[in-house]
Amino acid sequence: MRDTTSMLPLIVRDLRLEMDGRTLLDVPLARIQNRQRNVILGPNGAGKSLFLRVCHGLIAPTSGRIEYTLPVSATEIRRKQAMVFQKPVMLRRSVRANFTHALAMAGVGWYERRRMADEAMAQFGLSGLADSPARVLSGGEQQRLAIARAASLGPDLLFLDEPTSSLDPTASRQIEDMLDVLHERGVTLVLTTHDLGLARRFADVIFFFHNGRLVEENDAERFFTQPETEEAKAFLEHRLFW
Amino acid sequence: MQQDAVPISSILSLLTGDGGNFLGIIFLSLQVTITAVTCAGLVGLPLGAGLALVRFPGRTVIIVLVNTMMGFPPVVAGLAIFLLLSRSGPLGELGLLFTPKAMMIAQFVLVLPIIVALTRQTIEDLWTEYQDHMTSLGAGRLRSIPTLLWDARFSLVTTLLAGLGRASAEVGAILIVGGNIAGFTRTMTTSIALETSKGDLPLAMALGVVLMSLTLVINSLAFGISRVGARFSGKS
Ligand SMILES: Nc1ncnc2c1ncn2[C@@H]1O[C@H](COP(=O)(O)OP(=O)(O)OP(=O)(O)O)[C@@H](O)[C@H]1O
Ligand SMILES: [Mg+2]
Repeated sequence: MRDTTSMLPLIVRDLRLEMDGRTLLDVPLARIQNRQRNVILGPNGAGKSLFLRVCHGLIAPTSGRIEYTLPVSATEIRRKQAMVFQKPVMLRRSVRANFTHALAMAGVGWYERRRMADEAMAQFGLSGLADSPARVLSGGEQQRLAIARAASLGPDLLFLDEPTSSLDPTASRQIEDMLDVLHERGVTLVLTTHDLGLARRFADVIFFFHNGRLVEENDAERFFTQPETEEAKAFLEHRLFW
Repeated sequence: MQQDAVPISSILSLLTGDGGNFLGIIFLSLQVTITAVTCAGLVGLPLGAGLALVRFPGRTVIIVLVNTMMGFPPVVAGLAIFLLLSRSGPLGELGLLFTPKAMMIAQFVLVLPIIVALTRQTIEDLWTEYQDHMTSLGAGRLRSIPTLLWDARFSLVTTLLAGLGRASAEVGAILIVGGNIAGFTRTMTTSIALETSKGDLPLAMALGVVLMSLTLVINSLAFGISRVGARFSGKS
């Protein structure tokens, strides 16, 4: 089902990232499909965060290309994607101001951004916290704020780096519910995790990384039942060492 | 004992009774200091933020120079400005020497490096934290400056108060460029220096009390603001 108005799928080709003579990323080919739940899976240090940053345009790769399906300008690419970081960045302002600031940076006008902020807060259960300083919120609330803030920008493509890694089961559940809402809205999600449970429940497609290399890109169903590579098999059986 | 009693009652009469001269001195001090710090803030905050974020050749040299200027001896600064403003100096035409404006310039010059240096440090630290988020939102370094200045507002007000503290306590520079002319360029600090050397201790001590109170107010403000700031930065 190709959506002809979308800039997706995003295709990564021959991507390499080297720093200080070390190869940190090596991705010959990866396809981020439209409206899918893409999960980047791999052990600690596998290069998951780096891959997300390169895809989002925060780090320039040493070589290789990131191609969008529609010929879009760099500014447009920025506007149509958002990212939630492993450690969410909370501005030293109220929760509401965290939303309006992001919307202002995206060029949304004064009245419109207040309306959109209130809407996003209501949608994700943050209205009660609207006037609290964002940085006094709990870890789970901050993560929800970060995701809702990114979602309020209306991205087509949303990157999330370990959205549930430091949260308790209840808070993780809330985050997963938010992601389901965004998926239903048609947002393409790309998230990293080393949590197999989350990956099983959530993923449509798995990108399995090990030592900076994209080892396997597979349909989630097939990845968990018949992984194609030894490394993936080892990781699923909790016996992957390096 | 006898000697002590006289100054204390004189101080009280100066503080409570009418002394146009006394109040005039305080008013002029505040006017000079506040004007100088306001101008230094208007110039120094954006300059410090720019220095934190914009990369250009020679940036490191400028940062080291500004940091050095923070400890610039006020009398040397006073001497330099004296030479600039004196009749035969390059800015002598303006006729500013021995006027309150000259004192404002001197304090501006002394406070500016403090504000630039502290602002640069604050903004640079905050940028390390905000960089990913701002870049992700499509805001480059320059467009991030207002965001960073606002989010650093509590530290920056404390920085301005530090500048106010330095300016209000300063005597060497304004003594040289102001000339300590009675009723015209005589401030609290220069009066204290003069009256003490003349032996008029009551006036000197009364002004000392006012100056101390002022410092107390500045520091209380700084403390209060940092408490509010701690709440916004999630440290309390
Ligand atoms: N700026 C950098 N300079 C040099 N090496 C880096 C840099 N950033 C990351 N690395 C290295 O790249 C490797 C991959 O890092 P990355 O953060 O992508 O791992 P990850 O898969 O996200 O791990 P985790 O699950 O722990 O978050 C690590 O070995 C790390 O040391
Ligand atoms: Mg990571």
